Order: sequence, then structure tokens, then C-alpha cells
Amino acid sequence: MRNIIDATTESVDRARDPRFGAAGLNIVVATNREASIAAAEKVASAYGRGESLPLAGVSIAVKDNIATLDMPTTCASRILAGYTSPYEATAITRLRASGAVVVAKTNMDEFAMGSSTETSAYGPTRNPIDPERAPGGSSGGSAAAVAAGIVNVALGSETGGSVRQPAAFCGVVGVKPTYGRVSRFGLVAFGSSLDQIGVCARTVREAALATYVMSGADPYDATSADVPVPPLPTDADAKSVASLNGVTVGIPSEYFPASLDAEVRARCDSAIAAMRALGATIVDVSLPHTSLAIPVYYIIAPAEASSNLARFDGVRYGPRAAEVADLRSMYDATRSNGFGAEVKRRILIGTYVLSHGYYDAYYRKAQSVRALIARDFATVFASGVDVLFTPTTPTPAFRLGAVTDPYEMYMSDIFTVTANLAGIPAISLPIGRVDGLPVGGQLLARHFDESRMFGVAEALETALGAGAHE
Amino acid sequence: MTSWSDKYEMVVGLEVHVQLKTRSKAFCGCSADFGAPPNVNTCPVCLGLPGALPVLNSEAVRLAVRAALALGFTVNLTSVFARKNYFYPDLPKGYQISQYDQPLAVNGKLHVRVPGESQPRPIAITRLHMEEDAGKSVHDRYPRMSAIDLNRAGVPLIEIVSEPDMRSAVEAGAYLRTLKQILEYAGVSDVSMEEGSLRVDANVSARLHGVAELGTKTEVKNVNSFSAVERSLQSEFERQCAMLDRGETVLQQTMIWDAARGSVRPARSKEESHDYRYFPDPDLPPLILRADFVRKIEKGLPELPQQLRDRFRSHFGLADSELDAVTADPKLAAYFEGTARAHGDGKHAAKWVMGEVAASLNESATKIEDFPVRAPELAALLDMIRDGKLSHTAAKSVFATMLTTGKPAAVVASELSVTQVGDDSQLQQWIEEVFAELPQETARFRAGEKKLTGVLVGAVMKKSGGRADPRKVNALLGKYSS
Amino acid sequence: MAVSENDVRKIADLARLSLADGDLPTITAQMNSILAHMDVLTRVDTSSVDAAHAQMSDGMPVRDDTVAPIPMNTTAPMLAPDSRDGFILVPRLASHEDL
Repeated sequence: MRNIIDATTESVDRARDPRFGAAGLNIVVATNREASIAAAEKVASAYGRGESLPLAGVSIAVKDNIATLDMPTTCASRILAGYTSPYEATAITRLRASGAVVVAKTNMDEFAMGSSTETSAYGPTRNPIDPERAPGGSSGGSAAAVAAGIVNVALGSETGGSVRQPAAFCGVVGVKPTYGRVSRFGLVAFGSSLDQIGVCARTVREAALATYVMSGADPYDATSADVPVPPLPTDADAKSVASLNGVTVGIPSEYFPASLDAEVRARCDSAIAAMRALGATIVDVSLPHTSLAIPVYYIIAPAEASSNLARFDGVRYGPRAAEVADLRSMYDATRSNGFGAEVKRRILIGTYVLSHGYYDAYYRKAQSVRALIARDFATVFASGVDVLFTPTTPTPAFRLGAVTDPYEMYMSDIFTVTANLAGIPAISLPIGRVDGLPVGGQLLARHFDESRMFGVAEALETALGAGAHE
Repeated sequence: MTSWSDKYEMVVGLEVHVQLKTRSKAFCGCSADFGAPPNVNTCPVCLGLPGALPVLNSEAVRLAVRAALALGFTVNLTSVFARKNYFYPDLPKGYQISQYDQPLAVNGKLHVRVPGESQPRPIAITRLHMEEDAGKSVHDRYPRMSAIDLNRAGVPLIEIVSEPDMRSAVEAGAYLRTLKQILEYAGVSDVSMEEGSLRVDANVSARLHGVAELGTKTEVKNVNSFSAVERSLQSEFERQCAMLDRGETVLQQTMIWDAARGSVRPARSKEESHDYRYFPDPDLPPLILRADFVRKIEKGLPELPQQLRDRFRSHFGLADSELDAVTADPKLAAYFEGTARAHGDGKHAAKWVMGEVAASLNESATKIEDFPVRAPELAALLDMIRDGKLSHTAAKSVFATMLTTGKPAAVVASELSVTQVGDDSQLQQWIEEVFAELPQETARFRAGEKKLTGVLVGAVMKKSGGRADPRKVNALLGKYSS
Repeated sequence: MAVSENDVRKIADLARLSLADGDLPTITAQMNSILAHMDVLTRVDTSSVDAAHAQMSDGMPVRDDTVAPIPMNTTAPMLAPDSRDGFILVPRLASHEDL
């Protein structure tokens, strides 16, 4: 199959185009032309033997915090400069087995800590829609790689909205599966109880396909769920979901505050009208603990991160500070030189909220409030609501460098963190533009009900048509 | 000087780490064997590589539950793994996976038989939890550098924490020996302090007799045998008593046992504070055990030392000292029981197991499972003694030959020609010959001079080369005396 | 709850991060600003949820006790910044004998 190899070669060469490198949009941080073409040759010969490969020859870009054998995995951090994983993530293994070919590693906020891809040790990624603006983050490189046409599918990772928010900012589809749906083995941990590998794609269909291929229990991840994976979507499914008769869509009032950007609200109203026109029942609902999500998230995620990032100590891998007198100075110098300001800030916050005398007031309390947030969703879904619809972000993409206060930056995750805290699946899809900047609409569904989520998303995507990008 | 213990009371609590006997590590598929070249038994998980995740070994759970049940614990059907965060180069992830506020088992109890006390003493055990081991740091191999070997990192351990219920070094030693014995019977660990599969940290404090409040405790580390535990506790207790007596304050600190000097010294205090920042490990959902899983393990528990003692006492009529000896370890107990059952006389079997067998094991540094004389063969030897076919002295030399040749007792006895002769006609013939050789003594004996019996028996024994059964010769001679 | 510069220094110490004295006031101020937003949680009534059950779960899957290490395309000493004779080398701890 010559065309699989050609397609891969074209993708790699696109990924290596200086326009997407450090001097340009700074989307791609690593490629391995030889390895990608070799992988494509293997896929081509398997395809030639008649093996069933649902993603045969599909080029994918992968966020720099997912372990791959043939390209470095640095989490866009100096502390992993030059590190290449000696094993591969389960998600990557499964994608390869279904015929996908990895062509690039993408830029990200350092250790996925950020909402703009500005904390990367490689420097910020620029939004392909408007290079003066941030692509969102932390999976900014992956969303931008799809928006820039380098690949049709890119893997990102979510802890608090890190796929959906950049997808919204870049005008592409972004998926966060149910917690446990996709193995975390090989995803460098940030907030382990929240992390999930997600997908950026041009279309809902492509996103669903890649999500399902990666899904399913993994013996290497005790938090992966043994829940049957829906069959891969076909064209026939697309027709059957074109109608939303019998589907109840909840509109949570907390996600449409008075302060919401009027244009964003207008695009959401159009999307809601489109779903109603397809036969959906639209109901107003309330998720009363929503406003607590950011404080809860910014306790739990840094707490887990402070522990997860302890392994970066210069002992077993990665660069080690030279010229040190003893072990203690080696630790301090390696970690202080290796981590950037935002990562250090979160390690300090996380260390503090777990420390003696503060654990109950912060971490334990946050876990309790997290349970209340999860219960809000459970109550609404139990009342007969099938999916919830909200804006993905309060505003379209902001300018690079515009947000300097850490907490203000944290607030850009306000509509996305709840899905991570509750563990439910969520998707962002383009629902129009404001002043040329994409606006994302978000659908949230019950645990493991991705098939309903994708179905409604695809129906909405079809109904909006080209309007989603205007 | 009168003893410090006249004035002060020692209070001891023990923390014991035991390595579980699994093939693979607690949270990854690496071999848990010792002795491989450094860092060979490592993988992304136990190296703490970015992105790697722990998955719990089911056998470690089974063995930990088994240990808990053997020690009389209540097993929690839900327990939670937590992260204990600290930096050390042999701790790959920067945290140890352990259990904290929801351990696997709580409220255990051990009945410890303290030497010199008639009744066993109950010692409460607070908790038993599962955790992973750290790697090994070698500090003296290279100049200015420490060498790290992570083969041991991630090997499954249980930690068993007692209440401060012990009041002397001897009690602490008895507690440890009892604990070790039960774990050995339960088959969960090699429990060898020398090999590091059993490690002890002791908390010790001193207080005036009659005072309810506990004194400030210190932790004694670096102890690698039970007798060293006893000696280090005594030494630390005396140090504390002397301080208290001078009106000084005992500092809460870690003490290092220096076996060569036979004394403790304070560990150099570390500048940084300890704050382990425990929190539930988000990589590991709660461990939920089904009640029938626990019940099945309980049913499958082997006979434990106390049950075995009771049974041996009633079955074989053994005394405490004999029970102590033959139940010391489960394999020895099985050997004893095999011998006793085949032979029939438990006391006799115990005497041999404690005597000849123990001495020989000791001398050759052999384990009972490798002992060349198996239980049925020993029983056969004991049968020959009982049946008068071997004198006690001859039996010992037969046993010695059995050890080296591995041949059965009867074969060895006949090869050595030491089988005792109890056959009347043979004995009769020797007696007739002695009568012919010693006519004067014979005449006086026949006339009723009984004291000459000994002379005649001795002559028969000599003629038989020591093989004649002296009791039978005696009896036969009796017929000739008027 | 507010943290002092001394608190931040201690936390940094626990986390093995060295902060320049000049950075301390800024970092302390930022941490206090962030932590101030967290204080809202103390006023939430969470009596209806037990934190212990906040992470809902059916219990964890376990693996069989078989020796089957996850394959790596290199070895631990090869990955390490410094190694000798198969050991990973690190600068010695100042008070190593006590550990």
C-alpha cells in the first residue's frame, strides 16, 4: 500500500515544516521521520495482508507527556530534557495496533500545568487561527496540530480541561473520555485521580474512532475500567443519530452566568436551538456546587502533582545538576533548575495542602466537596437528562501573555474541571466564531456513556455544518 | 549496684517488617528474588519511570491476610493504600506505597510464653499493613558516592506494630520469637533476620514503677538478631534510667545499635523535618476483599504452634520443654510427628529428635528438610531399640552410619554386626561356654552366690562382642541359680 | 489560612526546591492569593458525604504472582545519569551512616 507510506511521509514532512517549529507556531517539539516511515511500512504490509485496521495509515500527533519509544517524552520540561521512554503507553500501543502512525510530539504546558501552553520549556505555541493568541492548554500543541492541518487526529491529556479548552480555542473537536475508559499507563502523571488521555480531531467521528480504539481495561493500570467498549462508529450510525428525538439535553444555569460573554452565549443559544430542532427536549437544570470546582481542583490536582513529581530527582533518569557537594544539594539543584515557575508553584501548594496540620482543612475537605460536585451530576442524570450542554470556556482564545495572574488563568478551566472531578465523559466541538475566533460548545454525559455523547455531538455537528466555523 | 529494674520499668513496643514470600514484586512483575546483579530485577514501575503505574500482586494480598489471621487480627474488608512521601535515592517514586489510616488488619493478639513464667502473656498488636520495600543503598563501595540497587525496591512487606505492652527485654525477645514462629508456620515468609526478610525497630521508654504515664521513647534501629534486640533494649533502658536518675530529660530520637561495642548511640540528627504527607494513592482504588475470600484463607490456615502443642501434649504426653523443642519450627514438628506416629512412643521420639537429630543438624548446619535420615527410618531405628535389637550405645553408632550412608537402620545394624542378640539358643550356647571356661565361679553361682551374676553376664557380653541382650542373659542365668 | 515566608521555606525544603531569597516574598504572596480562594471550601457543609467514600470504586483489580516484567528497550544503569558496575550512583548523603 504505497499511499499509506506516502501519506505518512507527507504528514511527517508537514510536521517538520519550519512554520510549525520553534521559529513558527511552535506546535511540534519532536519528529522521527525514519521511524514514522518505518512504522507506516509495517502498517502498509499488514494492511496488504488483509488485517483489519480501523485507523490504517492515520497520522497522529502525540502530546509530549505520553510515552513513545521512537521520540522523546519530555513533558515540555527541562527536567526531562533528552529523555526518551524505554517503554510505550498502552494508548499508543493500541493506536499502533489499529494502524495509526505517530508522526510528531506536540508542545504543551510544562507537565500539563497551564491553560495556554505558555509554561512550556520550549516556549509558547501560537494559535493557528490567530498567531497572537494562545492555543489554550495544556494540550495546546495537539489542538493546534489539528487546526493547522498537520494531522487529523492528535492525542492530548486532560486533568481539568486540557483537551477541551484548547480544542475550543483552536476550533477543533476535543474529547475527554470517562475516567478509567482509556489506560493511563504511559501518561506522565499530573493529577492521577483526574488525568485521562483525550483526543483532538477535525470531526466528532474521527475523535470517537480514536477514543474507542484506545479504550478498555488495561492490566497495567488498576484504575482502568473493565467496561465494554462500544462498537466503532459506522456511516450507518451517523444517519441514525441525525435525529435527537427522545434525547433530553440539560442546560445547567451555573454555566451561563450573567457575566458570560454575550457572543459566546449567543453561539450556545444557536446550538441549543439546533438540538431542539433535531427533536431534543431541552430542560433547565442546576448543578449547585459548580462554583466550588476551581478551589477543589486547585487543591486536589497540585496535591497529587506534588507527589507525582517527586520522582524527578536526578537519580535514575533525566539530567542531573553537576558540581554538587552532596545528595541534598543535588536534589535541590536538579529540581530547582529543572522545573519552571508554574510547576514549582503547584508543587509548593500541593506540598502545603498535604502537610501535617493542613491535610484535613484542605485535601480532605476538597475530596468531600468533590463528592458533592459528583453528586450534582448524578442527580441530574438520574432525573432523566441524557446529556448536558454548556459553553466550553467563558471566552474565546485570549492573547498570548494577556493572563498573568495565576488564579485568573485557573479560572479559564471553570466550565471544564467539573467533568474531571466527577469522572464523566465530555466533548467540546466548534459551534461558531466570534470576531473570527472559535467558540466551543461542551456536551457532558453519564459515566461510560460516550456513545450517547458522541451521538448527540455528531448530530449537532451535522446540524451546524459550516456554521460551526463561521 | 542494684538493678535499674528495681526502680524503673521498661516499656517496649515493636515494629516488625516481614518480607512476603512471593515470586514477583508487590506492584510489578519483576522477580522478588535476592542475589541478582544490581538493578537487574527492575522495570518501569519499580524504577518509578514517568507514566508507569502500580498493579497489586494478588499473592501478596493472600499472604498478608493469612499472616493477619494467623496472628489473630481482624481483617478489614476494605483497606486503602496511601503514599508516604519522602526523598531518598533508594525510594524511586519519591514515595513509598504503604497503608496508613485504613490498614489491612487491626487488633491482633499474641500469647507469648516468657521464659520463667508459667502462664503465656497476652501482647496486643495494633495493626498489620501492607507496603513495598525500598531499594538498597551502599555507602562504602565508591568514594564520595552512594551506590543504589533497586532489585529490592517494590518487594512486598507487611508491617506488624505492637502496643507498648512489653516490660522487659526478655519479653520483647519472646514476643519476636513467637511472632516469627507463627509466621513461619503460616508459610508467609522466610522470616530470617540475617537475610533481612524480618526487620525489627524497637520503641523503648523507662518510667518509675507505679507511674501510669509513659516516658519519652527512643527508637532503636540497626539490630539484626533477636538476641541483639534484647541486648540493645537493655542497654538503651539502662542509658535512659541513668539519665532519669540524674534528673535529665530523655530526648525523643533514633538510637543506633552498635553490635561490636554492645551499646547504643544517637543517630546523627537530620536537619530536615519529617512530614510524610500521607494521602490515599490515587493510582490504587481501595482494596476490597470478599468475606468468603477471607474465610477460605482462614480455613486453609495450617496448624499453628499453639494448636500443635496442645495436640502433641495430649497425643504423645510431651512436657513443655519437649514441646518447645519439637515445635520450634513447622518442618521439625512434621519430622517429629512422622517419627512419633511411625514408632508409637512420642516421648522416645522427642528424646531422639531433641538429642541426636538436633545435635547432628547443628553440627552439619543442615536444615531438617534436607536431613538424610527421614522420619520413617528414624522410627525404624527407635523400633529396634524398643524391641531389644539394639543397645542404646549401638543405636547411636548405627544412627551415625545412617547419616553418612543413607542406608536403613536394619541394614546398617547388620553390616556393623551390632544387632543385639536376644535369641535364647544363641545366648544359651554362650552361657554354656562361659560356664565351661569359669568352672569355679559357675559352681559358686550355682550354689546361690548371686553377686557373681555380674561377672558371668560380663563374660557373656564379652564373648558376644557386646551384642548379647544383657537383660535376657540375666534372666537365663537366673534359672541356674538355686 | 495564610502562609508566612518561613512556612514557604519549610514547604520548599520538604519538596526539595530551593528558592532564592529574593523570590520568597513574591511566591509567598502568590501562594496566599491562591489559598485565599480555597477558603470558600471551609464554609461548605459536607456532612452528607464521607470523604473516605469520596473516591467511589468497586475495589481494585489485582494481578497474578507471575514474574513478567514490563519490557524496556534499555536497562536501569543505561538510563541513569551516573552508574558503575550495574549500580546507580548518587552523591553521598552528608549523614549516610544513619540511614
